[in-house]
Amino acid sequence: MKPFIKQGLLGAATLISLGLALPANAASLILYSAQHPQTVKLLVKDFEQASGISVKVREGEGPELVAQLMAEGKASPADVYFASNSPELMALEGKQMLTHLPATTLAAIPAKYNSPSGNWVGVTARENVLVVNNKLAAGLSMPASLLDLAAPQWKGKLAIAPSDGDFLPLVSAVRALKGDAAAQKWLKGLRDNAQMFDDNEGVAAAVNRGSVAVGIINNYYWARLQVELGAKGMHSQLYHFGNGDVGALLNVSGAGVLKTAHNADAAQKFVSYLTSARAQQVLAKSNITFEYPLLPGIAPAPVLKPFSQLAPPPLDMQKLGDDSQAAPMLRKAGLL
Amino acid sequence: MAFYSLKTGRARYRQGWLFAAALAVCLVLASPLLVIVWQAAQSDPADFIDTLWRPLVASLALNTALIVASTTLLCGVLGLVSAWFSERTRLPWQGLWPLLSVAPMAVPTFISSYAWVSLSDDLQGFPGALLVLGSAYSPLVFLPVSAALRGLDPALEETARTLGLGPWRCFFRLILPQLRPALLGGMLLVALSTLSEFGAFVLLRFRTFTTEIFAEYRAGFDSHGAAQLSIALLLAAALLIGLEWRVRRQASSYERRARGTRRAPPRLELGAGKWLVVAGFLLLSCVTLLLPLSTLGYWLTQHGDAAVSPVEVSAQLLFDASFSSIELGLEGAALTVLLALPLGYLLARRPGRVAAFMERVAFLVQGVPGIVIALGLVTVSIRVIPGLYQSQFLLLLAYAILFLPLAMVSVRSALLQAESRLEELARSLGLKGWQTWLRVLLPMAAPGLGAAASLVFLSIVTELTATLLLSPIGTETLATQIWADTSAMAFAAAAPYALILTVLSMVSTWLLMLLLGGNAINRLAADGTTVAGETAHV
Repeated sequence: MKPFIKQGLLGAATLISLGLALPANAASLILYSAQHPQTVKLLVKDFEQASGISVKVREGEGPELVAQLMAEGKASPADVYFASNSPELMALEGKQMLTHLPATTLAAIPAKYNSPSGNWVGVTARENVLVVNNKLAAGLSMPASLLDLAAPQWKGKLAIAPSDGDFLPLVSAVRALKGDAAAQKWLKGLRDNAQMFDDNEGVAAAVNRGSVAVGIINNYYWARLQVELGAKGMHSQLYHFGNGDVGALLNVSGAGVLKTAHNADAAQKFVSYLTSARAQQVLAKSNITFEYPLLPGIAPAPVLKPFSQLAPPPLDMQKLGDDSQAAPMLRKAGLL
Repeated sequence: MAFYSLKTGRARYRQGWLFAAALAVCLVLASPLLVIVWQAAQSDPADFIDTLWRPLVASLALNTALIVASTTLLCGVLGLVSAWFSERTRLPWQGLWPLLSVAPMAVPTFISSYAWVSLSDDLQGFPGALLVLGSAYSPLVFLPVSAALRGLDPALEETARTLGLGPWRCFFRLILPQLRPALLGGMLLVALSTLSEFGAFVLLRFRTFTTEIFAEYRAGFDSHGAAQLSIALLLAAALLIGLEWRVRRQASSYERRARGTRRAPPRLELGAGKWLVVAGFLLLSCVTLLLPLSTLGYWLTQHGDAAVSPVEVSAQLLFDASFSSIELGLEGAALTVLLALPLGYLLARRPGRVAAFMERVAFLVQGVPGIVIALGLVTVSIRVIPGLYQSQFLLLLAYAILFLPLAMVSVRSALLQAESRLEELARSLGLKGWQTWLRVLLPMAAPGLGAAASLVFLSIVTELTATLLLSPIGTETLATQIWADTSAMAFAAAAPYALILTVLSMVSTWLLMLLLGGNAINRLAADGTTVAGETAHV
């Protein structure tokens, strides 16, 4: 053999064996998580102590992880998917990638927050709210309904993040409650009125620093910002729509077990753990995510408006659907 | 001295190997692109039209074209002017200016965008995007142009000057045409990087095809819409590459042929004007470095008392994340340069249509956002080499695919400078092919290869998308830690990681400049015919 070829082959063999040297441990659980990494770390540590099962976590942005799971298909190494938003789980369910959860797991959480077909369970929820800049919105009267924000007097005063995962359920909710025509008209109004941001974090920060008067966000971004900046850094407050208005929608985050799970038993244990009082306490007290724990009887972080005082619109996951129509409507309105 | 004529079997065999290696590299590079084309081809044509003819697309296309054209132009002018002044004029603190010209590259665009936006809302949208990208990408023009300026044959210039050409006319009629390949190559990299930029545009609220591809994943969880938009980006990238090729071919007649004598070109005396140039450099550095970094420093100290408490930051975590970043950076840089070698060698020694085509394939990847490449690799890996999926090697390969175009520029010019006469001489004295590589070619090209490696290292440590998707499970790097904290708006907790990352980037930039400078020093020492006074500043 020519020395060069031999060298090349040796080199290639070394590189490949380097790559293969660290195969995934079959005994441990593999979690794909789009939840906040710091919170997931706390949960995983606690679960490992309680169950003796070791967990390996791949973290990422929800939509990217779902795209990755779909690209992996049957070859996916993942056992559990812990979503940041329910549409991610609906999409996986739609591709028949999730397996049915046992009744005991599902029963822990009120049924309206779970998958209608029982393939995933709700873990936490957050409320859709309006973040309001103290100075810029001083003379404005707050809208009674989310739909009012499409009116001309809000032109240039509103911030939205139409491509954020939290926005799609809002569009679906407006569709479910008011019909397609009204939803399309509302979106066109928003297009004329709003400054577009890429995500909720951007909206919250922009309203707080005084770039724009009000913004549609999920409540916990504001709570997070308050922890980060301290009271002296906050120049904004939250306005809750309430009264069953579509604007007070609850966004649910949950978890499901993949059909292709290698360690289905441990996977079911982990998802069941997420809905247990122990895990829900960790979530409520983490001081990182500021979402509402969905297990009845667990009090959320004190900075949040009590869960019982929220007045979300009368919708369940079945009515809300899988958001498949939301994106085309956003495109048609020129928002996406 | 050509003892091995092309016609001998051995030489042909050698050439065959070279082509095979370069072709293999090209196939690896193109594999994620093929996945995109395949996915787009599978979608319904009506769906395709829906994606590309919706109301928003017109404004996306306009934004994309506007920012690509203006960033490329701005970086071209900034890079050219600062390279010329720092290489060809006599300035105080001469070593400082090249370093300051390249350092902005070490500031990740999402960091500088955040800093600018927090200063003024007027910087959202196009002005801010141009400001941030102009600062971050002009080093991509500065580097090749200053290298080319150092490599120019001073004899031509001296002749022109003695024939009565003034310094301005000399620059436009003689120097600029010779710089065209380097200038155009750099501008092409700028244009392609702008096409695929994401982090800066998100914070600046500027929507392009790339930001829309990310939005498409969010809204649809499905790669079809993203693949369709990627096809539009690929076409735009191909157009830019074709344009550059045309212009470069017209310019090729200016390229220097004789590489016999080498000495440092003369530096122009500017008199009092030099202080004006110094002021210009300082002002530019204020905009590209000082302002963004100090604004960021200010914001990092403006957090509440509770900001750090919910998240763990320990010395151990910091050390582990830094170690992973450095390890991945070093290994990735080594692999990238290794893969760039056959292509670079082919381009340097056997230029022609085939080599040029292969180089363009590598460049195409640069125009497509990292998420698309990373997801393409997921598909390729699972279908072709499932055993490698989510292994460290696959991640390194992803880095190599993403950053090979950046490495290519330095690798190619390093091999061009390692003269083929010496290689032939070594062969004629009985060294085998691999011995020639190890003992002659690589040592001669080492500084240039080192520069390429530093550039790739810099890009790897700040890379996020591919790292999150493809790393061995549980890998935590500086970049992923910063992401984990900032996605929960825990900026204070992210600060120590961001600080280490910035220091690492600065060190690799410094190394890059050192190696490029070392290149010039070696050359001067080798030919020994330095112009009096020239050694002092190199």
